Amino acid sequence: MSPMATALRAGWARGLVELRQSFTNGADLWGHFFWPSLMVVVTYFLRDVSFGGSGFLLGTLVLPSILGMNASMAMVSMSQQLTADREDGTLLRAKATPNGMTTLLLGKVVSVSGGLVVDLAVFLVPAMVLVPGLAVGPGSWPTLAWVLALGLLATLPLGAVLGSVFTSVRAQGLITLPILGLIGISGVFYPVTAMPQWVQWVAQSAPVYWLGLGMRSALLPDSAAAVEIGGSWRHAETVAVLGVWAVLGLLVAPVVLRRMARRESGSTVAGRRERALGRVG
Amino acid sequence: MSTGHTVLDVEGLRMRYGDNDVLRDVTFRARQGEVLALLGPNGAGKTTTIEILEGFRNRSAGRVDVLGSDPAHADEGWRARVGVVLQSWRDHGKWRVRELLAHLGSCYACYSTDRVARPWDADDLVAAVGLTEHAGKKIRTLSGGQRRRLDVAIGIVGRPELLFLDEPTAGFDPEARREFHDLVRDLAARHETTVLLTTHDLAEAEKLADRIVVLDGGRIIADGTAAELARLIAGQDEVRWVRDGRAFEVSTADSTAFAFDLFRRYGDTVTDLEVRRSSLEDTYLALVRKAEVSR
Repeated sequence: MSPMATALRAGWARGLVELRQSFTNGADLWGHFFWPSLMVVVTYFLRDVSFGGSGFLLGTLVLPSILGMNASMAMVSMSQQLTADREDGTLLRAKATPNGMTTLLLGKVVSVSGGLVVDLAVFLVPAMVLVPGLAVGPGSWPTLAWVLALGLLATLPLGAVLGSVFTSVRAQGLITLPILGLIGISGVFYPVTAMPQWVQWVAQSAPVYWLGLGMRSALLPDSAAAVEIGGSWRHAETVAVLGVWAVLGLLVAPVVLRRMARRESGSTVAGRRERALGRVG
Repeated sequence: MSTGHTVLDVEGLRMRYGDNDVLRDVTFRARQGEVLALLGPNGAGKTTTIEILEGFRNRSAGRVDVLGSDPAHADEGWRARVGVVLQSWRDHGKWRVRELLAHLGSCYACYSTDRVARPWDADDLVAAVGLTEHAGKKIRTLSGGQRRRLDVAIGIVGRPELLFLDEPTAGFDPEARREFHDLVRDLAARHETTVLLTTHDLAEAEKLADRIVVLDGGRIIADGTAAELARLIAGQDEVRWVRDGRAFEVSTADSTAFAFDLFRRYGDTVTDLEVRRSSLEDTYLALVRKAEVSR
């Protein structure tokens, strides 16, 4: 077997083990079910609120947008897990193993994506029952699938970059804030057309907005496109913007990851450990 | 003694941070199957040296050849032939012992050769490091000693030709230490693995190593077998005796010749003869002291 095939197989197996682990311990299980359940509750309370004079209910608009938001949060998971892996020496272990970095990253992609699909289902299945006005047909699932795949391609490498740049779990907390802000203006909980023009431009530069738009195009009736910018689902633009982020991420991530990996050694891991213990003690 | 070819060749290695030289002109070699101990007080540069050889750290100057490659530019095939056990690991806490060994082992499968079958079978390896009854346990629930044995197991899962051990037995109880020493000796003898270990424990170096390289203040101050090192410092043996009711004490490089001469001159009036050979510990302390004075 070639080294690449070995790494692919080991990475896939690694991802499955990590995925299984995330469903067999309390803290991770809580993460998998708490947020999606909370979102179901939010959507349920918004089901009767109408959005201006559009004739659409806010709950209906919000449901697919939340799917988009959750998908873009995979970026944060990726980033947090990489930082945690660096702190506890998992990354250095990968560096000491042949093709270990490739295996580690592949494993992360598999476990983060797999976890995300479960999270999306935990939210989508009950929400679809509770919220009226969706137009789910045979065309919905292929659209949902390509938007999700392209979205992950755009956000996971970005997450890897963030995870390499921010060296501590603490710094990770800081980057979550601007991301939450971005989600706030990205038309997830309220249509972006109700926002000032400049906010709309900021929102449209980030993947979150386009993931939400793509999800809405998959699950809402075509008439709902009237609420969107330009009154259209803008699939071409969605592919273009997410595509640019994907290319950018895939170009930058290997460089940043390699730089980060190069700096890892036993003493750097030990140093971080001592600092971490110093913080606690 | 090992007669294999050179697998580790370091010449004029220098490491400098700013104006501070951490390593100065470090030169040594290791042959296949040899167990080499890098001995020195804390801060001597042992970890820096081993990290450069592991390919985890760039050097400032000097030539380094590990298994025929420069570790700073070595590829994944080289990585598969090298095993690394660092001072403190706490990774993969959610994984189970056997599961992790099988997973990491699978990364070595494509580097298996006719001579070296890689990886080491996970069950055999778990047994070899005495963790069979903990094979299904989550790694974060292991005790310190068990965790350390797992670290060693991970270091050798790819059946390395060269194994780096950085302070391998720190925190071991005497029983665990003895078992660990047996494991390392077995690796070197049976599997022809070359071992480079760092330690500040002289007894460990003496017990395990074919050869000891003493590092202090970033310099090598001695390099040889335990016996050679002991001989290096003269005037260390202490000879005591009693003659005519008076006690005498003399330090000498050659205690045997001294005692012979003593009896020739005084015959059976010499009583209570006592010879204390210089211990390796005395030698080591004297070496470090001497190096510190001349610095």
